[in-house]
Amino acid sequence: MIEIRNLTKRYGALTAVNDISFTVSPGEVLGFLGPNGAGKSTTMKMITGFLAPTSGAISVCGHDVENDPLAAKACMGYLPEGAPSYGEMSVRTFLEFIADIRRLSGERRRTRLDDVIARLQLGSVLEQMIETLSKGFKRRVGLAQALLHDPQVLILDEPTDGLDPNQKHQVRTLINDMSKDKIIVISTHILEEVDAVCNRAIIIAGGKLLADATPKELAARAPSGRLDDVFRQITTGQKNAA
Amino acid sequence: MHNIKGIFRREFSSYFATPLALVFIVFFLMLAAGFAFQFGRFYERGQADLAPFFSFHPWLYLFLMSAISMRLWAEERKSGSIELLMTLPVTTWQAVIGKYLAAWAFAGVALALTFPMWITVNYLGNPDNGAVLAGYIGSWLMAGGFLAIGACMSAATRNQVIAFIFTVVICFGFLLSGYPIVLDLVSGWAPRVLVDALASLSFYTHFEAISKGVIDLRDLLYFGTVIGVWLAATTIVLDMKKAD
Ligand SMILES: Nc1ncnc2c1ncn2[C@@H]1O[C@H](COP(=O)(O)OP(=O)(O)O)[C@@H](O)[C@H]1O
Ligand SMILES: [Mg+2]
Repeated sequence: MIEIRNLTKRYGALTAVNDISFTVSPGEVLGFLGPNGAGKSTTMKMITGFLAPTSGAISVCGHDVENDPLAAKACMGYLPEGAPSYGEMSVRTFLEFIADIRRLSGERRRTRLDDVIARLQLGSVLEQMIETLSKGFKRRVGLAQALLHDPQVLILDEPTDGLDPNQKHQVRTLINDMSKDKIIVISTHILEEVDAVCNRAIIIAGGKLLADATPKELAARAPSGRLDDVFRQITTGQKNAA
Repeated sequence: MHNIKGIFRREFSSYFATPLALVFIVFFLMLAAGFAFQFGRFYERGQADLAPFFSFHPWLYLFLMSAISMRLWAEERKSGSIELLMTLPVTTWQAVIGKYLAAWAFAGVALALTFPMWITVNYLGNPDNGAVLAGYIGSWLMAGGFLAIGACMSAATRNQVIAFIFTVVICFGFLLSGYPIVLDLVSGWAPRVLVDALASLSFYTHFEAISKGVIDLRDLLYFGTVIGVWLAATTIVLDMKKAD
């Protein structure tokens, strides 16, 4: 369960996230939609405890992110925007490091490592330095790191950005496979992705929450029945169809 | 402890993942030995000890420790890996300590590799090996002080060059305030307590004291405090501006 109440983040005079509230329950795959600069990444950074909110409260798996950050972080896996990692490490030593910090040991450590390596098809690049990998592989290493401890909650910031169509398809299949009992939040500005993997969509722009519905309901708001049109109407302020 | 160990191991091995570490160590060894032989008149003094070798460490460290520490946090920030690290279930303090200890251990490896100097003096004469050991301990503690200052500067900026320059400037102050030339200048007009306070704040004073062969608890406490204070400052700086 993720509960977000009146979340606000200001950078100086700019309000990047403006009084947003919502909750996400297990089994939901939430698409976080919005144009560039909408405040998607900022919201995710606050959920994962990287940034402190200016005001408002977040709880993840029943743990308040500000008061009990370690417990909240332990039940989350996070792919930050751009999938940063340690370039000078090999894929294997990087994943071993994450396994250490996630306190995976013994048999479970081995099965979890084998599982993510197989799921993300990293077997062929295990000994390669991360900085020499292609963009698609780097993204998959970032995903593997997020999935390693089999977290209850997954926060993925633009997981398919920069991937080719086949890789996009693979990542979407992966998300679909995992979605049964987890909470997954993915941010994107690619609308077909929402159709492909999400069962709920939130649209934000200018830091404000503008819509919260299933992709189907959203699409029905436009005369054309197309999600793109709804997105454009909502985020450019022409809400006549809403 | 578990987290500190994990972060330490990752960081420490990352030093050796690129040829940079090797270059650094070779550079360090060449300078350390070169200074001792050239300017310290290592042979000509006719004394079997490592005093001329250690006496250049403060100046060597001014640049070399600043070079190690500048990348500590600036690089995490630049590559974005800081976001990964700080969203793992570790506290900022654990990350600060783990990374710092890795840098300090790396400095220790470089220092330990100067052991041929020690073999040389033992070959040439009969040095007081207790004093040599004290010199090494003092030097390593001083390196720790430099690195703690550098860690804090590195946390404050994503630009490594700026981190380097600020570290050099601050460390220069911490060194110079203990040198007789500076103290003489000040003692002309300042009250005695101020002069003593200034001297007791300096790395140089405490390093000198230890490398004379006397390991006084107060000198150890001094370095412990300096390192602790600067690392606490690093933690605060990171919490305040890790996302910038
Ligand atoms: N560290 C920062 N300092 C100042 N402004 C920032 C910072 N990070 C993001 N912003 C601003 O906050 C707004 C929201 O950014 P972001 O959350 O990254 O948007 P999105 O992920 O939806 O594209 C943007 O206008 C961006 O320029
Ligand atoms: Mg973003």
